[in-house]
Amino acid sequence: MSEDFSKYPAFIHDSFPAEEGGQDDLSKPLLRVRDLRKFFPVYGQGVVRKKINEVRAVDDVSFDLYRGETLGLVGESGSGKTTCARVILRALDATAGSVHFDSEVLGEVDLVQMNGKQLKLLRREMQMIFQDPFSSLNPRMTVGDIIGEPMLIHRLASGKALEKIVTELLEKVGLKSEHRERYPHAFSGGQRQRIGIARALIMNPSLIVADEAVSALDVSVQAQVINLLQDLQEEFHLTTIFVAHDLSVVRHICNRVAVMYQGKLVEIGPTESIFEKPQHPYTRRLLASIPSPDPDVKLNFSEAVVESV
Amino acid sequence: MISDKKESVLKIDGLHVAFETDNGVVKAVRDVCFEIGRGRVMALVGESGSGKSVTAFSIMRLIQKPGKITGGTITIFPEGKEPVEVNSLGAKDPRLFDLRGSLVSMIFQEPISALSPVHTIGDQICEAILTHREMKKKEAEVLVVEMLDKVGIPEPQMRLRQYPHEFSGGMRQRIVIAMALVCRPELLIADEPTTALDVTIQAQILKLIKDLQDEMGTSVLFITHDMGVVAQMADDVAVMYKGRIVEMGTVRQVLKAPCHPYTKGLLAAIPGVGSAQERLPTISSVVGDTDIETPYPLRPGPDGRLVSLPPDEIAEMGMVES
Ligand SMILES: Nc1ncnc2c1ncn2[C@@H]1O[C@H](COP(=O)(O)OP(=O)(O)OP(=O)(O)O)[C@@H](O)[C@H]1O
Ligand SMILES: Nc1ncnc2c1ncn2[C@@H]1O[C@H](COP(=O)(O)OP(=O)(O)OP(=O)(O)O)[C@@H](O)[C@H]1O
Ligand SMILES: [Mg+2]
Ligand SMILES: [Mg+2]
Repeated sequence: MSEDFSKYPAFIHDSFPAEEGGQDDLSKPLLRVRDLRKFFPVYGQGVVRKKINEVRAVDDVSFDLYRGETLGLVGESGSGKTTCARVILRALDATAGSVHFDSEVLGEVDLVQMNGKQLKLLRREMQMIFQDPFSSLNPRMTVGDIIGEPMLIHRLASGKALEKIVTELLEKVGLKSEHRERYPHAFSGGQRQRIGIARALIMNPSLIVADEAVSALDVSVQAQVINLLQDLQEEFHLTTIFVAHDLSVVRHICNRVAVMYQGKLVEIGPTESIFEKPQHPYTRRLLASIPSPDPDVKLNFSEAVVESV
Repeated sequence: MISDKKESVLKIDGLHVAFETDNGVVKAVRDVCFEIGRGRVMALVGESGSGKSVTAFSIMRLIQKPGKITGGTITIFPEGKEPVEVNSLGAKDPRLFDLRGSLVSMIFQEPISALSPVHTIGDQICEAILTHREMKKKEAEVLVVEMLDKVGIPEPQMRLRQYPHEFSGGMRQRIVIAMALVCRPELLIADEPTTALDVTIQAQILKLIKDLQDEMGTSVLFITHDMGVVAQMADDVAVMYKGRIVEMGTVRQVLKAPCHPYTKGLLAAIPGVGSAQERLPTISSVVGDTDIETPYPLRPGPDGRLVSLPPDEIAEMGMVES
């Protein structure tokens, strides 16, 4: 895009109350992300691969995530949402910064500093639902095995007991028990996405990072999965980071929204305040680009569309 | 609806597609019939797993084992040429080659899968042209630059020497679109082309498809879950449920006044502005006890749309301006 939104300051609609004191335990954040960075090196073409540049995929991102809340993470494609999510869960190592997580088993820990053994303990509490339902499922495993695998790895259930849990979950995400025996290739895009969701939920995690978890679903199945996530949230006090492009879904499901642009958090605040009073010009552009499902309300392409770079 | 055959670019009649699995036959597409008018945009929406992609793959003759087209005909009507009956072409028929790329081209959901990582984008688009047209590589490159410019890739002369990974996701998607359009297909099939993109880039791509469509008169089959995209892009909509079309009409008819209970449920499930934190209606909560499983044949309603309902219910349907 020709317009460069990065020159504008970040807008923070709410402060970090936990740091101002006077907070009871309930509102103690589950996650405190501070100055998180992830830079990817860019190498030259020569025989000796010399680093010639870097991509600042996540550039000094800070936010708090409260227990039981759903934080929407939105922004330009390529702005660093997936990278941010993966660094938080330590699927990638951070370049700098800290991620304090209030763990049930280990107490408060900085995920960035954890070693492999500690991380393995923590995995049960944090799960990710992946963006790409095509490549994230092992094509050689049956759906039942894919969903049940985390339980087996952590030795929490096996055999008939596991089968029962898997069947229940399949039904919860709108699939059928006979689907257990099938392989991923026999499912449509949306069906595969639900397999990924079932796999993440089986461990009863306290933190879920859902990366475009419902974008491959038709609106009716999407509604089912959103309702499911909301039920689980109430039932298990689930805390969620919800990465998504569909802003109507974000508005529906999220308590707060964070907007990323070129690796930086440019705006964060309560959902209604972001949608009603967006401050950052990029946020405004984003909101102006939502196509209305009413054919009589035409999207103003000239407002939404900027010359591309 | 457009029903004059001469004015259609695609006609699908009684299409059936089935997959043989260990647990029996999955009937992915059942008795699907529709036409796309020349120069029009038809949206295909519906349940996930209802057979939208399988229908699209059938048009391209890309159904693979264990899948099989078990019935029906698919006909393309190229402008000024003999109609091509897609599913009667033998595997070696040269017309099959024309079909993919020059008559019909498809934008797949995941742009990465359509691009080779080891060739420059310029070479890849050139290749697409040269396999379908007799011309020198130099001439093809001029076309490539022109097309890249059209899809909004800046400095196309320079950028055609770059590899896919040197572009952002949105740019790669535009490159795939350039590749799909460079042979001026009669019909463009776009399967969820913008689902992976943020709404600002989505708006750019939608505008691009619209502009190119205006300019070249391309007809489009647009598969999407996003009713906003349908409302902004399509002229006509077909709604699929469990392998069948249950309702088909103009965008205003179907989105403004849905008749089939499944379509009603689908539209009710879109999260609205006032719905925050409430439970979303789902198909089962909207449809309730109404039977949506019985496959009534599609019949025209008073306003001309087609709907799969018992005749007496169709008679009671309201009229909507199209
Ligand atoms: N492994 C990697 N090596 C080099 N660069 C990378 C790598 N992974 C991501 N990037 C770059 O980091 C930036 C952020 O990418 P990321 O996937 O986090 O974006 P995103 O916000 O999730 O985008 P989308 O909405 O398209 O999924 C991009 O510029 C991308 O090209
Ligand atoms: N190789 C296969 N083997 C068995 N069944 C298959 C195969 N490919 C597709 N199917 C089945 O065909 C049906 C239709 O699939 P299709 O991919 O057309 O759905 P879709 O409408 O495009 O859904 P989505 O919106 O989720 O992409 C699904 O029920 C799917 O399980
Ligand atoms: Mg991403
Ligand atoms: Mg599909």
